[in-house]
Amino acid sequence: MSGPELGLAVSVLLACAVEAVEALTIVLAVGATRSWPSAMAGVGTALIVLAGLVAGLGPALTALPIDALRVSIGGLLLIFGLQWLRKAILRAAGLKAKHDELETYALESAAARAAGAWHSGFDGYSFAISFKGVLLEGLEVAFIVLTFGANQHRIALAAVAAGLAVLLVVLVGVAVRAPLANVPENTMKLIVGVMLSSFGMFWGAEGAGASWPGGEAALLAIVPGVLLLALAMARCLERWRLGLEARGSLPPVLASEEAIGT
Amino acid sequence: MRLLEAALRSASEFVVGDDWRTAVGVIATLALTAIVAQSGLAAWWVVPVGVVALLALSIRRAMRLR
Repeated sequence: MSGPELGLAVSVLLACAVEAVEALTIVLAVGATRSWPSAMAGVGTALIVLAGLVAGLGPALTALPIDALRVSIGGLLLIFGLQWLRKAILRAAGLKAKHDELETYALESAAARAAGAWHSGFDGYSFAISFKGVLLEGLEVAFIVLTFGANQHRIALAAVAAGLAVLLVVLVGVAVRAPLANVPENTMKLIVGVMLSSFGMFWGAEGAGASWPGGEAALLAIVPGVLLLALAMARCLERWRLGLEARGSLPPVLASEEAIGT
Repeated sequence: MRLLEAALRSASEFVVGDDWRTAVGVIATLALTAIVAQSGLAAWWVVPVGVVALLALSIRRAMRLR
């Protein structure tokens, strides 16, 4: 397996695991509170839609000329990656609320109980919430599978990495029958942000006509470089926050700034 | 037609997210890279410089929103 292929597999695996943990929390909450069969029907329907998207768009993307593919996909990955990275830096600096699966589980369970009585048969609420949760979390994964996979003509490898991550999260979730609160979700999001931004930089620049010194080996400098940049920014912001706190003015946490899945 | 509009809006919100300025900055950075590369000069450095600037500006904007 080459360096970029390994990067592809790791990026897809981590991104998919993070999104799967979040989707699992939603499904567990409605399933345990209301109806498992309806919740699972929602999961199955969302997975069919996502598989259709990957199967339908994948071959179309790989048919594009390589430079056009690289510059467009590199640009998309950079736009996506920089958003993941910004949020991960703010979380690491203590300026944005970290994801808490136990809290999400409690909120979803309370909403499910408040949604009205359900006695037997098909439960539309469980189906809709599970479908929406899995589809929204899965769209980001489908996007990463398609962009990484199409660029290297390895959509199958990307899909296998995504499937492996989902399987792992579901198996652990079924085993513990609880939200996976101990998964280092915020650290994984930082790594995914670094990988998306790094590959976006590499492919975007190549697609635009630039040549990286050392070719693909440049990724060995780009990935740690982006990671160091993110850690340095997080450290600076944390010191700034601690300085404010020492002077008695508490910076409010950015709890409301939340886009899909990131 | 409304369904198509809604789908396009959702797709754009999904990709661009909550910071459209970063998306515009990425496109501008890649365009600048292409211009520098076309002129025959080394262009690989444009994207890393752009990324550092875009990330710093994006964080600054997020802090100002508070």
